[in-house]
Amino acid sequence: MDEYGTSMRSFLRTGLGALTIALGCAWTVWSAEDSVGSYGLGRTPSEEEIRAWNIDVSSTGEGLPPGSGTVKQGAQIFAAKCAMCHGPTGTEGPKDKLVGGRDTLKSPKPVRTVGSYWPYAPTLYDYINRAMPFNAPGSLNSDEIYSVIGWLLFKNEIVPEDAVMDAKTLPLVKMPNRDGFIPDPRPDVP
Amino acid sequence: MDKRSQNVSRRRFLARSASWMALGAAALALPQARAEEPKAPADPMRVPGTLPRPYGERSPFEKQTRLGGAGPGAPHGWGANAPNNFNSLTPLQDLHGIVTPSSLHFERHHNGVPLIDPARHRLLLHGLVERPMIFTVNDLERFPDVSRIAFVECSGNTWDGWRNDAGDFTVQDTHGLTSTSEWTGVKLSTLLEAAGARREATWMLAEGSDAAGLDRSVPLTDEVLQEAIVCYGQNGEALRPEQGYPLRLLLPGFEGNINVKWLRRLKLGGAPFMTRSETAKYTDLMPDGKAYQFSLVMEAKSVITDPSGQQQIHPGFHEIRGLAWSGRGCVTKVEVSMDSGRSWQLAQLQEPVLPKCHTRFRMPWRWNGQEAILQSRCVDETGYVQPTRQELVKVRGTNSTYHYNAIQSWKVERDGRIRNIYA
Repeated sequence: MDEYGTSMRSFLRTGLGALTIALGCAWTVWSAEDSVGSYGLGRTPSEEEIRAWNIDVSSTGEGLPPGSGTVKQGAQIFAAKCAMCHGPTGTEGPKDKLVGGRDTLKSPKPVRTVGSYWPYAPTLYDYINRAMPFNAPGSLNSDEIYSVIGWLLFKNEIVPEDAVMDAKTLPLVKMPNRDGFIPDPRPDVP
Repeated sequence: MDKRSQNVSRRRFLARSASWMALGAAALALPQARAEEPKAPADPMRVPGTLPRPYGERSPFEKQTRLGGAGPGAPHGWGANAPNNFNSLTPLQDLHGIVTPSSLHFERHHNGVPLIDPARHRLLLHGLVERPMIFTVNDLERFPDVSRIAFVECSGNTWDGWRNDAGDFTVQDTHGLTSTSEWTGVKLSTLLEAAGARREATWMLAEGSDAAGLDRSVPLTDEVLQEAIVCYGQNGEALRPEQGYPLRLLLPGFEGNINVKWLRRLKLGGAPFMTRSETAKYTDLMPDGKAYQFSLVMEAKSVITDPSGQQQIHPGFHEIRGLAWSGRGCVTKVEVSMDSGRSWQLAQLQEPVLPKCHTRFRMPWRWNGQEAILQSRCVDETGYVQPTRQELVKVRGTNSTYHYNAIQSWKVERDGRIRNIYA
């Protein structure tokens, strides 16, 4: 396992080492027989297949689709499809509270919401698009998702009421808790 | 654990369930009550037994079950509580050895267990690779395989400890979100080689095909490249649906939720993707208002499972038994205290002692009928010592929610009853 790990290290990190060269040679030989990969297993996906599966949106907004939404439209969608779990104003629950909670993170009862805790606005798109509404995930189109995000950011006093959310504006939103995270320092208990 | 204590813990479990069932699920309770009384012949030597059967079941006399859970502070149980449950806990007090029966492996899912046809399931590997690849489950089974016995523990296991708000709990209530299985699959590195991972690929998005589409960023460290497995097997058969059928990622030693189940996609990138699970969800809030991020490793933890919360013991001989594990490698030492940590004795470790795996420990004990506080603490191969609750809370406060791994205390009352306390 160690020897193998070393080869992966050298291959992935530096690309140096005799083992890597040996692997490279082996690939050349195998490739002559198999169209892809060293074992000839699996196949090359089409561009359309990758596009259809490639749904993630990064923290910098990479992957955000076309479309746009407004706070006003978002209020209607939230009331119809989200409020049943998150409450009429996003503060009541019973499920995750989405609005409010600013300046509570040091308190004995921290309230972790979009406004108080989430560090990146584009992550809202990634999450809502794949997982919400809970009872019908994947049922909102991109305009609707942008709209709901706009409403959530407005209610959290992060964007103005006339904000328009789209692939250009969402990555520019500065979230209040953007600098609230530190890389795992453990072991931290003496 | 003797028969009586087993009965006590079962009675307590049923009593707790019953109070929820009474709220409106009486129909559920009836078949369970009947199942309590299997009919055995007076003399099994005088009656021919049953014939071979296609798929085995445990004896009808065995009743251990997972316990439904709905998060910190929420009542555990099934019945009327079931619709709120998003996890279930392993009955550690009833298990032998280190391997968790697949049917009793704890569960945590983010929008239910999907029903997936393996013939239609695919794994896409793309991003910073030379050759994007798409694999069927059968393709993956044809690669060279590897097996490993390892624990998977939810980062929320023992979360009631942060706030001291675990009640008169059993070890299943407090510690039941950890399980050990033999996992089988293809090494992640084999697939990355097949696709030609690029040098600049340092992170990998793993995505599930459940209704939550759970996604997590995995750092492609040496440790991950050496140990990660794309699994299709669990304890000798296909993965159970609750553990990700037909495919899951296994990252030994890392918190449960990054071991993405129902795996459909791996995407290589040059930075973490910062999904909701690794920003707004599975991050650990500290007293200064900052949160630990990518706190992936499960630090060393141990617990006495026998005797444990809600059991009843009698004066005389008992073998103290428990489990210890560390996400950083092998457990090297477990000590047991009968006097709330004033003195410690070395426990015996049962072989095999495997890295990132439950390890069984034991120690003979003669209970003299006096009050006692039983504790265990473990040390792993890095020298890390399992902390006391005081030590842990001093550094991390009580808002962390995840990664609580302090020493567990069980109080033995004068009447032999065992209670969960914070010593």
